[in-house]
Amino acid sequence: MQSFIDGLIASGVFGGLPAEAIYPAMMFLFASIVVFGFVLPLVTITIWLERRVWSRIQSRVGPNRVGPQGVLQGLADGVKNILKEDVVPDAADRPLFVFAPYLLVWGFLATFVVIPFSSALVIADLNVGILYIVAIVALSAVGVLMAGWASNNKWSLLGGIRSAAQVVSYEIPAGLALLPVVLLTGTLSTQGIIQAQGWAPWDWFLFHSPFTFIAAFAFYISALAETNRTPFDIPEAESELVAGFATEYSGFRFALFFLAEWGSLYVTGAIMAVLFLGGWQIPTGWTNNTVVLNIAQLTVFFLKAYFWVFLAMWIRATLPRIRVDQMMSLCWKYLVPLGFVNLVGTAVWMVIWPEGNTFVPYLMVVGTLALLVIFFRRVLYHLRRAKPELYFNPAI
Amino acid sequence: MSLAGYEFEVQRDDGLATEEMTLNMGPQHPSTHGVLRFVVKADGEIMRTALPDIGYLHRSIEKISEKVGYHGFMPYTDRVDYVSAMQCNQGWAMVCERAAGIEVPRRGEFCRVIACELGRIASHLLSVGTMVMDIGGMTPFTHAIREREKVNNLLEDLCGARLTFNYMRIGGVAWDLPPGYTEQVTAFLDQFEPLIDEYNDLISYNKIYVERLANVAAVSKEEAINYNLVGPNLRGCGFQYDVRRDEPYSIYPELDFEVPVGTGEVGTLGDCFDRYMVRIKELKESCKIVRQCLEMIPDGPVLARVAKKLKPPVGDAHVRVEASRGDMGWYVVSDGSEFPYRTKIRTGSFSAMSIVDKLSRGLMIADLIALIASLDVVAPEVDR
Repeated sequence: MQSFIDGLIASGVFGGLPAEAIYPAMMFLFASIVVFGFVLPLVTITIWLERRVWSRIQSRVGPNRVGPQGVLQGLADGVKNILKEDVVPDAADRPLFVFAPYLLVWGFLATFVVIPFSSALVIADLNVGILYIVAIVALSAVGVLMAGWASNNKWSLLGGIRSAAQVVSYEIPAGLALLPVVLLTGTLSTQGIIQAQGWAPWDWFLFHSPFTFIAAFAFYISALAETNRTPFDIPEAESELVAGFATEYSGFRFALFFLAEWGSLYVTGAIMAVLFLGGWQIPTGWTNNTVVLNIAQLTVFFLKAYFWVFLAMWIRATLPRIRVDQMMSLCWKYLVPLGFVNLVGTAVWMVIWPEGNTFVPYLMVVGTLALLVIFFRRVLYHLRRAKPELYFNPAI
Repeated sequence: MSLAGYEFEVQRDDGLATEEMTLNMGPQHPSTHGVLRFVVKADGEIMRTALPDIGYLHRSIEKISEKVGYHGFMPYTDRVDYVSAMQCNQGWAMVCERAAGIEVPRRGEFCRVIACELGRIASHLLSVGTMVMDIGGMTPFTHAIREREKVNNLLEDLCGARLTFNYMRIGGVAWDLPPGYTEQVTAFLDQFEPLIDEYNDLISYNKIYVERLANVAAVSKEEAINYNLVGPNLRGCGFQYDVRRDEPYSIYPELDFEVPVGTGEVGTLGDCFDRYMVRIKELKESCKIVRQCLEMIPDGPVLARVAKKLKPPVGDAHVRVEASRGDMGWYVVSDGSEFPYRTKIRTGSFSAMSIVDKLSRGLMIADLIALIASLDVVAPEVDR
């Protein structure tokens, strides 16, 4: 990024402007491009995808009216939300009430700074990348708590407090689940972690050792809890708390909550892809064209990230919601001890095999494939037994 | 409304003053299944008490009967419990027949039972579907509603309506089964019965679902009888009582069916899961009953000759029917005129509301949702 701006300055595009003014201006410009050109379409597409995936699981059709196959449904919803009245309740704490959704959106937008899309496409390759993500994601908890408090509504307050308890608790297993990868690579930089892995599954940290395998899923569960996804969607549990912290919100502020929720869903998938699935790594040597290479890397990265996004959609459509006390006991009784076991286990693993065990990754890949085969055979068995009417055409 | 006697002191060791939060759950709340209100006193997530405040849906249905006459009241009975209107139809028809001494043709009785059991399938599907949705699972609800639509289609073929059927008449039913109805219903049952097992695979024994329901709000047998729980809520406690079997009416004595009871298979006997599971099992029994009726149904008329202006002799009559939400009592007093002197409807949801306060103490707010859903409360049936 910096070298790119340096190149522009050297070529004299900016005339005689001082470099101190050009750097922030360019950063602002690129950030705007990322937000409006990438994140907003991404979120609308994710929302559309989620609704279509849900519909298929729930034997419905789903949104298919606005645009081809309903892709623009998110746009229509956004326009509708902007046109709605922005109600601030009389008894609400007005400044906090107005400010809370922005905090929530910042919390997830700021993570895009360090999430790489390909070997060249990353806004800033911070050397504390992962730590930065963990820190900045917690900002959304402040936003939710603020929204819950400022609404001056008891349901909102309950939702806000639940969210605060949830995020604060699940930060710990999430952080502990990241540590094995940091131990293995010795870096916190996202690009560094990806470069330490390879394109093949057995080079991924997911299959590096049993401990990283467990850590991956521990992190995924914690991330679901941090982003308030089912089965941990208790802060906005619509059957209990009406709409939780978002009860009193309307119009575009309400839409911002949704933007943040589905945006952080992609962030979760992207972090999973970076840490455990080898990020943008693809086989090299087949092209020398940088643009083609980066596009291929971008595609691979998206597929990996959206695998986890799809999994979250699937989980949300399938599982009921757990109770507050059950969520806490899951965190403190199971995930946190498991995190420590993973940490120590990885350290011991590294002492025994400093270069990594060559046999175990292959074994784990084969084992995972076997599990997948068994899973799909079960699916086929149930399909045969239930004799449903199947529609394989994805476009209706 | 007075909450005297329900004030709780929250005492803390460190001497800090705290107070309980009074939450108004409803009348407009997503999971109170209609217009119900609960005044919840909560200490954080723990409830001290949840007092039901009913009456938002009171439509004076009993009073209306005194002004519209015996035949004219039939459409209003649909509105007593609109989720399973067939049994309400049957209750009113039976109580009038008993008061006036009318004999129903045999084919009419079979039509009634077929309609009622299809209605029970629809009602229980809605009940278990919304229960899962209240717990947070979205998919089973749509799957249950998909099947309920098919039942609604069948009932629409039968009587032209999908919700408020107005199918039965005093002395029988309004219309005979349409041509080809047996095949249609059999085809539906063949397709539906395996889906009950799929439903169990999908959600009933899901780990999270079981954890949410097991040991929550358990009712003992004695408590259930003291609080006058009826129907699946009573059977969920392990007490085998079903009006269809124990005080038989219509053609139920000729039919072979089980009365499923709660077994406490995942937790305490009589908890939310048992009440849920009883409904799932009753789906199968209803399928069985409908199949038998379709086989046994004789030819003949479906409606007896009844006077247009029905004037039962002076006296009263009381019948009980097993509605989807349990023992539904119908009582009518006749003064010999063409209008009832007094009608009383006793519904299962109303008496189920009385136990909510007792069960809710010490539960979490999320459990109250499970409790209300497992009692299968339908708001219009509470208030009438």
